[in-house]
Amino acid sequence: MSRFIQRARRGYEDVAVTVPVTIPCQRYSIDTAHWWIARALRELTRTAGISHTELDGLSVSSFTLAPDTAVGLTQHLGITPRWLDHIPMGGASGVVALRRAARAVQAGDADVIACVAGDTNHVDSFRRLLSSFSRFAQDASYPYGFGGPNASFALLTDYYMREYGARAEDFGKICVAQRHNALQFPHAVMKKPLTLEQYCTARPIADPLRLFDCVMPVAGAEAFLVMSEDNARAMNLKYARVAATIERHNAYPDDPIQMRGGWAMDIDQLWSQSGHSPGDMNLLQTYDDYPVICMMQFEDLGFCEKGAAADFVNSHEFTIEGDLPHNTSGGQLSAGQAGAGGGYLGLVEALRQVTGQALGNQVENAQRALVSGFGMINYDRGLCSAATVLEGA
Amino acid sequence: MIEALQPPPKKDPLVRTRNAVLPPRDRSRAAMKMAASAARGEFQLQTCGSCQALVYPPRDACPKCLGNDLPFKPVTNTGRLIAESTVQTTTDTYFRERTPWRMGTVLLDGPQPVPLTVHLHDEVGEAPCAVKLRAFLDKTANVVLMAMPPETSQLTEDDPQLRELTATPKHRRVLVTDVRNPVGRAVVDAVLKAGATMVFAGNATPWLPFEGEQTLIDTDKVHLIPLDITDDNAVRVQAGEIGAKCDIVINTADHVREGGILSRHGLTTSHDEFEVNVFGLQRLAQYFGPIMINRGADGINSAAAFVDVLSVYALSNWRQYGAHSASAAARHSLLQCLRGELNAGGVRVLSVFTGPVDDDWHQPLPPPKMAPAAVAKAIVTALNEGIEETWAGDIARDVLAKFHDSPKALERELTL
Repeated sequence: MSRFIQRARRGYEDVAVTVPVTIPCQRYSIDTAHWWIARALRELTRTAGISHTELDGLSVSSFTLAPDTAVGLTQHLGITPRWLDHIPMGGASGVVALRRAARAVQAGDADVIACVAGDTNHVDSFRRLLSSFSRFAQDASYPYGFGGPNASFALLTDYYMREYGARAEDFGKICVAQRHNALQFPHAVMKKPLTLEQYCTARPIADPLRLFDCVMPVAGAEAFLVMSEDNARAMNLKYARVAATIERHNAYPDDPIQMRGGWAMDIDQLWSQSGHSPGDMNLLQTYDDYPVICMMQFEDLGFCEKGAAADFVNSHEFTIEGDLPHNTSGGQLSAGQAGAGGGYLGLVEALRQVTGQALGNQVENAQRALVSGFGMINYDRGLCSAATVLEGA
Repeated sequence: MIEALQPPPKKDPLVRTRNAVLPPRDRSRAAMKMAASAARGEFQLQTCGSCQALVYPPRDACPKCLGNDLPFKPVTNTGRLIAESTVQTTTDTYFRERTPWRMGTVLLDGPQPVPLTVHLHDEVGEAPCAVKLRAFLDKTANVVLMAMPPETSQLTEDDPQLRELTATPKHRRVLVTDVRNPVGRAVVDAVLKAGATMVFAGNATPWLPFEGEQTLIDTDKVHLIPLDITDDNAVRVQAGEIGAKCDIVINTADHVREGGILSRHGLTTSHDEFEVNVFGLQRLAQYFGPIMINRGADGINSAAAFVDVLSVYALSNWRQYGAHSASAAARHSLLQCLRGELNAGGVRVLSVFTGPVDDDWHQPLPPPKMAPAAVAKAIVTALNEGIEETWAGDIARDVLAKFHDSPKALERELTL
């Protein structure tokens, strides 16, 4: 595929991912992204037993920091890092922040890196965010009914259903299982059980999508620390190792409509680098802004063949107690989408699970987790994809 | 699939008139260039000048070769609808008032199946199916694409989404500002044929009979009204009387006399020309425009368009009618201004440029000259398709082509 000399991907030896932090979300907040990110950093450093002034690396993801970037945050929050990153990749932000930070720690560019994602949600901020999301969206998708991402994913879902025969009930099974998981997760925004019938008869949003296909925008923040294993042990922190990661942007640009994501380009390398296969995973965290994307990930991440995700869904149980625990904190569909924080949700939850620190129900013997991220509908498809395999140390 | 559009009920004076809110307005400059072709009613996409790749959404560089030369060119307008959705909820006020809104993904026919997000006409069947693509300007005067049925029907124009993109006279009331001239009379006929429910026919000098007057008096749905657009008070009074019933204003008034600067003595004729062609237009706009803005979303017969018929020599002075050309240039400039101002209500300003019309004031000129009925037909087409700039007839198109080719050469051809 590439005419360049390819070097083997190096491992992530001696890198520890630790201190999973989720700040309980709010449907609406009068506070700013700065406020939410500060809360996550305070919780992160308090748990680690360090001062935030000791952080020498910072990676930030947020949609609502404007006019600031990660740079402004350093002064605002009193941090003097020697390594600073700002990752505007929406749902892929968590995994991408992790793989960047892991390399920085490995190379000695920073010792303790705080990775944080947070957004506020003002009463009108979702509409404002959409109106200026991307140039292609402004020019070529939002003028067509202004359905926002609902409409874009409605088109993908419509095509997927026609092409592969998936039914609403198949998508619904994912959402219902996630709601089940969310009820055991104290920070989830959704607190009521969801039945398949409620899912199938909910208010239509953008056909064929209905209410429970769509995430609830909330204010919130998620964070974790990346450091050397030595440091993690010295601080007496439970941590996970990074077995493998992949990242890809604007994959398959000539596909007429998105039926596969960038994972499909790199998945073989993810599994070979990790030394595992899909069957070895104790839990799976997919990016679930809409259930069709979960289906696409089951396929592209190697859990089933392309087009077979509906059957895959029907032959597995995705609850915490099931044979393949999936989105164990409820995913964004039930826990809420805290802007870029939604791109951290699965990673932070997986970190809790493989280190035995689940806030809700713990998946039994959770050793290994696959976490996948997906982000940024620039025009007609999501451009960023990423995945990582985490292992409890 | 579409229900025939019913005439609007009589307006209930107790019900608040809905404010016109507009769809999202912000666009890139490249998208504005695409609007330039849509303003002429053409469907054009960027084609890379270096590698011929078809490019959409509008870009500043070609994703295949990084070339920056990306002119808009006519492309095949057929495609295949592969996915669709009906938006039921939105955070945007304009669409919120108009949901459910059908939209979809169309792949353009041809070697490069570029995906296009489009508005979906109701006569387009369920995906997958063949469609025809059209580019329109929306209420913000930005370009949008609509997938149309391959075969149109009697009811095609009644589609509510399409009607948002056009200013069709059907079920609307029209003011024609000057019916003393033959273009005005032809326009009355044409808009009635196109389904207008009422025409106010302006006459600046009601005490002087004119050809065809009796026919107008005898025509049902036509109301002759005194309207001298050089008289500030007269325009104000008429706007008060009928302004709220004028869904479309078509300004057919044009004071045409031969001559330039040195071929005339004094400025009397030039004053008359500017009084009608330039200040008259401004008066009409000042008194009727604000009412139209307020009625920009007033149901089936919302205020839709302000049409002006002007000489193509607005682009470049034609010495033989040099002073008149100057008034046309001023008129063209004012229309650009008005286009922005009336956009507050989503009301479109449509310019119809013509060559010399076959009337008394162009009598000595050789053919080709524009038949008044041909001008009227161009106006109705502009309304039905929402075409911002119409170049009606061979002379107008010839002048435009030469203007695009070399404005300075055109100036020499017309003045030396």
